[in-house]
Amino acid sequence: MASTHRFKLTLKQQDALWSYFFIGPWLIGLVLITISPMLASLYYSFNKYNILTPPQWVGLANYKKLFADPLFWQSIRVTLKFAIFALPLNLTIGYLLAVLLNQKVPGLNLWRTLYYLPSVISGVAVAVLWSRLFNPNLGWINYALSLIGIKGPAWLQSTIWAVPSLVIMSLWSVGGTMIIYLSGLQGVPTTLYEAARVDGANKLQTFFHVTLPMTSPVIFFNLIIGLIETFQYFTVVYTTTGGSGGPARSTLFYNLYLYQNAFSYFDMGYASAMAWVLFLFVLLLTLLVFRSSAVWVFYEGEIKQ
Amino acid sequence: MSGQPRSIFPSQGNDLHPEESKPRKTLLELLSGVKAERIMYQIMTVIVLGMGAFVILLPIAFMFGSSLKDKAQLKMFPPPLLPYAYTTAEVNGETYLLYDATTEQGKMQLALIKKAPGGMGLFVDPKDPTVQYKLVIKEQTQLKHLDFHWENYPDALQSQPFGTYFINTLIITFVSMFGMIVSSSMVAYGFSRFRSKALNILFIVLLSTIMLPSQVRLIPMYIFFQKLGWINTMLPLIVPAFFASAYDVFLLRQFFLTIPLEMDDAAKVDGANRIQSFLFVTLPQSIPALFAVCILHFIWAWNDFYEPLIYLHSQTKWTIAVGLQTFNAMYTENTNLIMAASVVLVLPPILLFLISQRIFVQGVVISGVKG
Repeated sequence: MASTHRFKLTLKQQDALWSYFFIGPWLIGLVLITISPMLASLYYSFNKYNILTPPQWVGLANYKKLFADPLFWQSIRVTLKFAIFALPLNLTIGYLLAVLLNQKVPGLNLWRTLYYLPSVISGVAVAVLWSRLFNPNLGWINYALSLIGIKGPAWLQSTIWAVPSLVIMSLWSVGGTMIIYLSGLQGVPTTLYEAARVDGANKLQTFFHVTLPMTSPVIFFNLIIGLIETFQYFTVVYTTTGGSGGPARSTLFYNLYLYQNAFSYFDMGYASAMAWVLFLFVLLLTLLVFRSSAVWVFYEGEIKQ
Repeated sequence: MSGQPRSIFPSQGNDLHPEESKPRKTLLELLSGVKAERIMYQIMTVIVLGMGAFVILLPIAFMFGSSLKDKAQLKMFPPPLLPYAYTTAEVNGETYLLYDATTEQGKMQLALIKKAPGGMGLFVDPKDPTVQYKLVIKEQTQLKHLDFHWENYPDALQSQPFGTYFINTLIITFVSMFGMIVSSSMVAYGFSRFRSKALNILFIVLLSTIMLPSQVRLIPMYIFFQKLGWINTMLPLIVPAFFASAYDVFLLRQFFLTIPLEMDDAAKVDGANRIQSFLFVTLPQSIPALFAVCILHFIWAWNDFYEPLIYLHSQTKWTIAVGLQTFNAMYTENTNLIMAASVVLVLPPILLFLISQRIFVQGVVISGVKG
C-alpha cells in the first residue's frame, strides 16, 4: 500500500489512514445523518415552517408558544405520570427477577427465555393484544377482577385508567430490564460473596450489603434509560388510541404530541422546538449518568488501556 | 465455585476417615439440613417463577386462541382460552343449544327448546322430541366443544395486502441488516484495532449518540428525504443503516477486543493488509457476535413502527406493523382476524428468538452495561 504513495508514510500515519478508512462509514454518517440534521432542527425551531413554503424566521416564538401551550404541559404530565408508576415497578420487578435468575435454579435458561419473550414482540402487536384483554365487557382482566368481586374500570376508554393500563402493558415486557440487570449481577465478583459467607452473612444480608450496592450503577443506568425511553414512548399508545392520545388527551404522551405537530399539522418549526427541548432534557440526564455512574468509567478505562 | 459448602463439609463419597464415625454423623445431619433448606428455597423460587411465567404466557395464548374463534365464539363469557363453541342439535328442523341435563330418568343430553318463566326451560331429547322436560336452566350444564377456525388466517391475510406487507418488511429488514453489519463491523474493527487520541474522542462521541433521541434529527431528515424524492420509498429505512449503528458498533467492538492481537500480527507477517486481516482474521473469529447483532437488528427492524409510519404513505409500501395497526383501527370488532394477523407479525421474531435464544440472551447480556 505504502509503495504506491509518492511520499513514504510512516507506519503510524498509515495506521491513522487505515483507521479512518474503517470508521469512515460511521464518520460520514455522523456528519450527514446526525450532526447536520441536529443543527438543521435547531434552525427550524426558530422558524415557522410547514414544508410547502420556505422557513420563516420567528426567533423564540416557537419556544414561547410551547411554554404557554396547555397541551405541551399536558403531554409532560402524561409522560411523567406514566414514568412515576411504570419505572419503579419495572425496575423493582426486573431486579427481583434478575436476582432470582442469577442463581442456580432448575431450568434457568427456560425461565430467562420465557421472561424475555414479550420483549421481542412488536409494540403494535402488544397494543392490539392488550386492548382486547382490557376490554371492559369481554376482556380477561375485568373477568378476573369480577371473580374476586371487583367491578373493573373501563381501562383504556377511561381518562383515569388509560395511563395505568399502559403501565400494566409495559410490565409485560419487564424481561428487557431484567436482562440488563442480569449482566450487571454477573459482573459482581464472586470473591465478594465468598467473603460475605466467611463473615457469616445470611442471604438477606448478602443481598443488602453486597448485591445491591455493587449493582447500584446498573439500577441508576436503567432508571435514566427508562426515563429517556418514556419520553420517546410512542408505538403502543399510537396503536391503542389510533394516534389521538385519547380519551380526552389523557394519553397524549410527549412523543405523540411531537408526532402530531410534525406529521398531522405539519408545524415543523414547532415540532423541532419540542424535539430540542427533549434533546436538552436527555442531555441533562445523560450528563447525570456520566457524572455519577461507575458504569461509564469502565468504558473510559477500556479506551485508555 | 470453589466456595461451595461441599468443601466445608466432606461428602459421603470422598470420606477418607471412616473411623471418625460419630462426628461424621453430625456433619451429615448438618449437611442434610443445609440441603433441605436449599431445596425448599429452590422449590419456592420455581413456584414464583412459574406463576410469573404463567402471567407472561397467558396473553400470548389469548392471542393464539382468539385467532381461531369465529365472531360468536369471541362473544362467549366468561371468555374461554380455547376456541370453544356451544354444542347444538336439530329438533324438527330447528337448531337448539344442547345441555347435560339431570332428569328423573338420570343424566341425558337434552336440547333447550323454550325458556319458561322462573328460570325454567323446556327440554327435549333430540332423538325423541315428543317427551318434554321442564327443568331449571341454571342447574344444567351447557355442552361445549372445540371449534377451530383456521380459515381466519387466509381470511385475515387476504382481507388486507398482507403478502405485500410481508415482502416489504422482509426487504427492509434484510437490506438494512446487510448495510448495518457491513458498516458496523468495519467501524468496530476501526475502533478495536487502532489507537489514537482522536479515536478515543470519536469513540466517546459514538457512545453518546446511542443516547441521542431520534426525534432531534427526524424532521430535517424527513425534509431531506422529501427533497431527494425518497418519501414513500423504502430508502429512508434502508440507506441510514449503511452508516453504521452506534449500538451495534459498540457491541461488536467489545467482542473484537477479546480476539488476541497476535492473530492480526501473524496475518501481517504473512503479508496481509488491514482489509485482509479484517475479512479473514477478525470476521471469521466473530461469527457468534455478528450473528447476535444481526438477530437484534432483525427483531428491531421487523418490529419498527415509527419510521415506516412516517415514511411509507401508500398501502402498497407498508410494513406488517403499519398494516396491522391500520387493520386494527379500521376493523376493531374483527378481533379474530386481527389476532390472526398479529400472530403472523409476532411469529418470525419469536421463532428466531427461540431458535437462537442462547446466543441472543448472551448477546443482549454482552451488550448490557458491563460489556
